[in-house]
Amino acid sequence: MELKNAVAGTLESGDIMIQIGPAAQGLSIELDSSVEAQFGRQIRSLIAETLQGLGIEKAQVKAVDKGALDCTIRARVTAAAVRATGKDVWKD
Amino acid sequence: MMFVPGNNPGMMADAHIYGPDSIMLDLEDSVTMAEKDAARLLVYNALKSIDYGSTEMVVRINPLSTPYGRKDVEAVVKAGVDVVRMPKTETADEVRELEAEILKVEEEIGCPGRTQIMAAIESALGVVNAYEIATASKRMMGIALGAEDYSANLKTQRTPGGAELLLARETIVVAARAAGIACFDTVYSNLDDMDTFRAEVQLIKTLGFDGKSIINPRQIEVVNEVFTPTEKEILKARTIIAAIRDAQAKGSGVVSVNGKMVDRPVVIRAERTIALAVAAGIIDKEEMI
Amino acid sequence: MRNSKLSSLEEAIRRSGLRDGMTISFHHHFRGGDKVVNMVVDKLAQMGFKDLKLAASSLSDVHAPLIEHIKNGVITGISTSGLRGELANAISHGLMAEPVVFRSHGGRGSAIASGELHIDVAFLGASSSDELGNACGFSRSENAKSICGSLGYALPDARYADHVVVITDDLVAYPNMPMSISAADVESVVVVDSVGDSSKISAGAIRDSKNPRDILLAKQAAKVVINSGLFEDGFSIQTGTGGASLAVVKYIRESMLQKGIKASFALGGITAHMVKLHEEGLIGKLIDVQSFDKVAAESIKNDPFHQEVSAVEYASGMHKGSAVHALDIVILSALEVDVDFNVNVLVGSDGIIRGAIGGHQDTAADSALSIIVCPLLRGRIPCIVPKVTTLITPGSTIDVVVTEYGIAVNPGRPEVAERLRLAGLKVVDIHDLAAKATSIIGTPDPLPFGDRVVGIVMNRDGSVLDKIHIIR
Repeated sequence: MELKNAVAGTLESGDIMIQIGPAAQGLSIELDSSVEAQFGRQIRSLIAETLQGLGIEKAQVKAVDKGALDCTIRARVTAAAVRATGKDVWKD
Repeated sequence: MMFVPGNNPGMMADAHIYGPDSIMLDLEDSVTMAEKDAARLLVYNALKSIDYGSTEMVVRINPLSTPYGRKDVEAVVKAGVDVVRMPKTETADEVRELEAEILKVEEEIGCPGRTQIMAAIESALGVVNAYEIATASKRMMGIALGAEDYSANLKTQRTPGGAELLLARETIVVAARAAGIACFDTVYSNLDDMDTFRAEVQLIKTLGFDGKSIINPRQIEVVNEVFTPTEKEILKARTIIAAIRDAQAKGSGVVSVNGKMVDRPVVIRAERTIALAVAAGIIDKEEMI
Repeated sequence: MRNSKLSSLEEAIRRSGLRDGMTISFHHHFRGGDKVVNMVVDKLAQMGFKDLKLAASSLSDVHAPLIEHIKNGVITGISTSGLRGELANAISHGLMAEPVVFRSHGGRGSAIASGELHIDVAFLGASSSDELGNACGFSRSENAKSICGSLGYALPDARYADHVVVITDDLVAYPNMPMSISAADVESVVVVDSVGDSSKISAGAIRDSKNPRDILLAKQAAKVVINSGLFEDGFSIQTGTGGASLAVVKYIRESMLQKGIKASFALGGITAHMVKLHEEGLIGKLIDVQSFDKVAAESIKNDPFHQEVSAVEYASGMHKGSAVHALDIVILSALEVDVDFNVNVLVGSDGIIRGAIGGHQDTAADSALSIIVCPLLRGRIPCIVPKVTTLITPGSTIDVVVTEYGIAVNPGRPEVAERLRLAGLKVVDIHDLAAKATSIIGTPDPLPFGDRVVGIVMNRDGSVLDKIHIIR
């Protein structure tokens, strides 16, 4: 899937800001999280899982997390992906 | 009913801990055009994942006439929202259009009839059509006043006493009662003026409203204090209900307290007082069974 | 003046007989505004001292310059109530070979009095002193440069240290009386430009919180106090800092006025809120080991019923006359509480030291009712957990935990649970709170602790409660 650079989310407490852009191959995720020690691993895998669920296999992701819950991470990753692909990949 | 901006995950995560009766996640006025898509996804995921307990969940969608309205309906109905709040409602046809839209999504996911509708009346035309709006759909659970747009539409502005809103408020209460549904008053935005807020809550309670819309948890206590019956009122209501049971036990159709016959409206009011006291958690439901 | 003890800092250090390997001590009454620790340790480093043991009543963000002195071997041991900021971070990651020893305020007082913690030279900042060393945490002169109020944590040092150096920024005429530190205990007096920035003693903690969660927690905690069975004329109370516990005072006040109840005393760190209630006649006396803001510091200077006490008189477990033994209700905060009611106020849930024991252990143990006010979650960080990262205050001494999702009562206090339930409060099982936290945020990964011990947590009786391991 063709990707443009896109961003979703904010730097407010309880939110996560996702920047997404094209990559030659694979998924690279750079995460800066206020809860890195406890949840960094889980957040990375949730971002990857959400993107793969939307059919995005190649992307460069930069995420700045301020303690977002899983449902928020899913929503922000999806919003960024929709904006990057220009397609409404939202599915129930 | 507490308003929570639909693009603020921090506030959405714990809005229910303050104990509002219902939470309205907003996709309309508090979300900029550029963020409509992101807020919709956020609200969808929050409704699916966050355990709001027994709090009634309402989402204010964008009007169906905008590019966002139908997508909003799809997302929130799929997420299982209790009530879709329609903004700026002016005619019964608009309500029926929303109803059809909701049903379409419900049928797609196999649960027709699950979602209720609340209509916000925010214009002179809406007030004139209040009863038609209130009776436009079996799903209609309540109508609400949106005073900012309404007062602009009237070419006036809001004042502390609310004189400009009086006709709209009374019309909405009358329409709701005639239709047998609930009615909710508008928000009061000055968080630092709790005295004027309290006076407004007292006014709308007197007018007959079922509840008040609020924008901050700090306002909940005032609303609860005003709407919660006093000990004296509860005692009186209990006496009346005891008298009804007494009469029923005797097989008598006439209810009397202290030798005076009690009219039907008094009984209804007593029941409402007890229901409010139970809702406020000051008396136990079991006690009254 | 005859027999003047005035000298330069360097001279005072020389005169003290300080040698490598000895223990020096400091108080933390200027909190984030303290200038004495860094000034003195800089001088000691300059003079070539090595291997000194630093016994502070507490350390905070401003003491980051100690990192260099630790690296250079000037400071090789620390005992304190708490650590914050860069210094805490560096120590958590293994800066020091010797573990830091953490004691409560009462525990430190006891340890000094018993000789377990022996102080060779105490360097005590004061806002006024005369040439003989009668010193106070405020100044009555027009040249007053600083004010910190009570010198409660410095008093055990003044009394028991072998050698005492008072450092002041306002030298006043003899006699500086009434005094906190007596000239009888003082060997040298050093005058400097500034001992501390008084504007930083409150660290912004006295602001009325508008955070709705803090208000919710405070209202719930006030209801617990009011329905605890101890809320009657002559009761006594202590609150910690932090938005929620400060706001509790506001709601209790309303109820005191309504019911015509007055408190006999308020204890501990004293705040402007407590001073206000005292001045309104709602609290008889203030017993002050530490003034948490300028209002409290001014009050202790001017009000005879606002009494300074030493850490020993405040909270020692060894001394049965200490004030905590007379305390009815204490309201405390926490970083974490576990399902056994154990509390952690020292180590963050990322494994990094970021707090202080303070009087937590002391007041929880000796008060009639200890109430912890603590949100279930701080962002995605759980505060009600299966097991605390570090044990600071044993669960057996904690009675009630107030969260925004309900109130948990220690099973050892069924009568309290019953009273709260009757008052219509939402009493819940603490296991359910922990489960609720997990259901919202998921299960955190275990922290990457190593084997090396970087901190030792002492109980107030001198026994070891827990060890803090190096974090990677």
